[in-house]
Amino acid sequence: MPPIPAGEIEHVFRAEYGRAVAVLVRTFGDIDTAEEAVQDAFTIAVERWPSSGIPPSPAGWIITTARNRAIDRLRRESSRRDRHAQADFLQANSNLETDEESDVPDERLRLIFTCCHPALATSVQVALTLRLLGGLTTAEIARAFLTPDATMAQRLVRAKAKIRDAGIPYRVPDAAELPERLRAVLAVIYLIFNEGYVASSGDRLVRDDLSAEAIRLARVLSDLMSGEPEVLGLLALMLLIESRRAARVGPDGHLVLLADQDRTRWSHTLIAEGQAIVRHCLRRNRPGPYQIQAAINAVHSDAPTAAATDWRQVLHLYDQLLIFAPSPIVALNRAVAVAELDGPAAALELVDALEVDRYHLDRYHLFHAIRADFLRRLGRREDAATEYAQAIECSANTAERDFLRSKAEALGHGGGV
Amino acid sequence: MKQYLLSVYQPDGPAPAPELLQKIMRDVYALRDEMRSANVWVFSGGLHSASSATVLRPQEGEILTIDGPFTEGKEHIGGFTIIKAPDLDEALAWGRKLARATTLPIEVRPFREDAGH
Repeated sequence: MPPIPAGEIEHVFRAEYGRAVAVLVRTFGDIDTAEEAVQDAFTIAVERWPSSGIPPSPAGWIITTARNRAIDRLRRESSRRDRHAQADFLQANSNLETDEESDVPDERLRLIFTCCHPALATSVQVALTLRLLGGLTTAEIARAFLTPDATMAQRLVRAKAKIRDAGIPYRVPDAAELPERLRAVLAVIYLIFNEGYVASSGDRLVRDDLSAEAIRLARVLSDLMSGEPEVLGLLALMLLIESRRAARVGPDGHLVLLADQDRTRWSHTLIAEGQAIVRHCLRRNRPGPYQIQAAINAVHSDAPTAAATDWRQVLHLYDQLLIFAPSPIVALNRAVAVAELDGPAAALELVDALEVDRYHLDRYHLFHAIRADFLRRLGRREDAATEYAQAIECSANTAERDFLRSKAEALGHGGGV
Repeated sequence: MKQYLLSVYQPDGPAPAPELLQKIMRDVYALRDEMRSANVWVFSGGLHSASSATVLRPQEGEILTIDGPFTEGKEHIGGFTIIKAPDLDEALAWGRKLARATTLPIEVRPFREDAGH
């Protein structure tokens, strides 16, 4: 029997964690019991798998083993009779002994709706989703969000207590609630992705991991909810953004804008997959904000050079996006397309017509960066310099600040006009 | 079945105009009837203004009597409803109806399972 490489058992558990926990939460009605049981199964796997090999269906093995351990635990700890009765009941009904993965029920959909319940704060939804469905450790989540371990642990403990005490159900919402509840789930996944993509700070590896985890969650969700085109739209959007990761940072570690990226470094595998999903969504003709954003990214991915970008198509898609998700940020991005088609003067006019005060755009670094770029292209160097300075002040991200500084310095050398 | 406390948070100060108040009370009573016929209603009541409250505070073996509500602030509990519901989603659905009827914020909070039995 070939030896199992170090880390392989952890890898398998990480991959199957969400599925196992979701099934066990459903069986025992309690998250802590489910997590402890999977941890017990892991301990057993570390003892046995090196000699027995990895079972044909790791998910089936983990769930069966974890459930049996949880029943044992319930018995052992049952000072109360009802707990003992519960263990007996579960034992009698445990006909889940299986090595066939297809026989293992998939309860992850229920669990993700529990994790992303609107009664939990967004930061809590994100942490819970990463912990319970992603199988990340508390320490990993803490590192990714620059939170002390103890704070993150406390946040997770409180969240699980609220789910239990307030009676947040493990249930896929009914048709009436589904659109709103699904929006929250998709927002959490996209937030996880962006946290990994916008390398604001922190451990680089953990951050790359977050993006990969978000894409993995979106894949799971699109398998479980193939009837929801927005789920596919989000998956496509993330794949297309992810495809540019390698080209997004230059050799000096600085950010590289889309227009200046070396397009040969884009991942054509991810682009092909993302574009195929976008085409599939178009055929279904039930558009939504994620699908449209994916389509915009698909247009960029299609262009062999920045100059070859079909800006008319981009503008058309932003017009559509404004209908589905009207926001000043979308309007700002639309103005960038207008600048390419009708010139910076027309675009600047649009940006200046936005309700700056109402939306606090003044505190948004991209508002200033985009304005600065239009001013630069109009030859208004001094105004552009002021605007870059404000953009730098608003940015919380070192890489972004460096990038903006280099832009501002280029003005002084007469570059770029 | 769990029990949930739905607290109505009311701004201090004068009551709304009579026509408005009349409509609110009509809606609140209608909701109470709806809760009763759905068999979720346990108890409900409206309270006098927070300034009518008295606080009793244990201190050094004594119980101090203090005028006024316990918490400072511009909003206080103006009334509450206790319902039974299978889970938070159901409780929130009733809470939403109460918020609509009272036009005020509602706090939904679970009772401990062992309480009141």
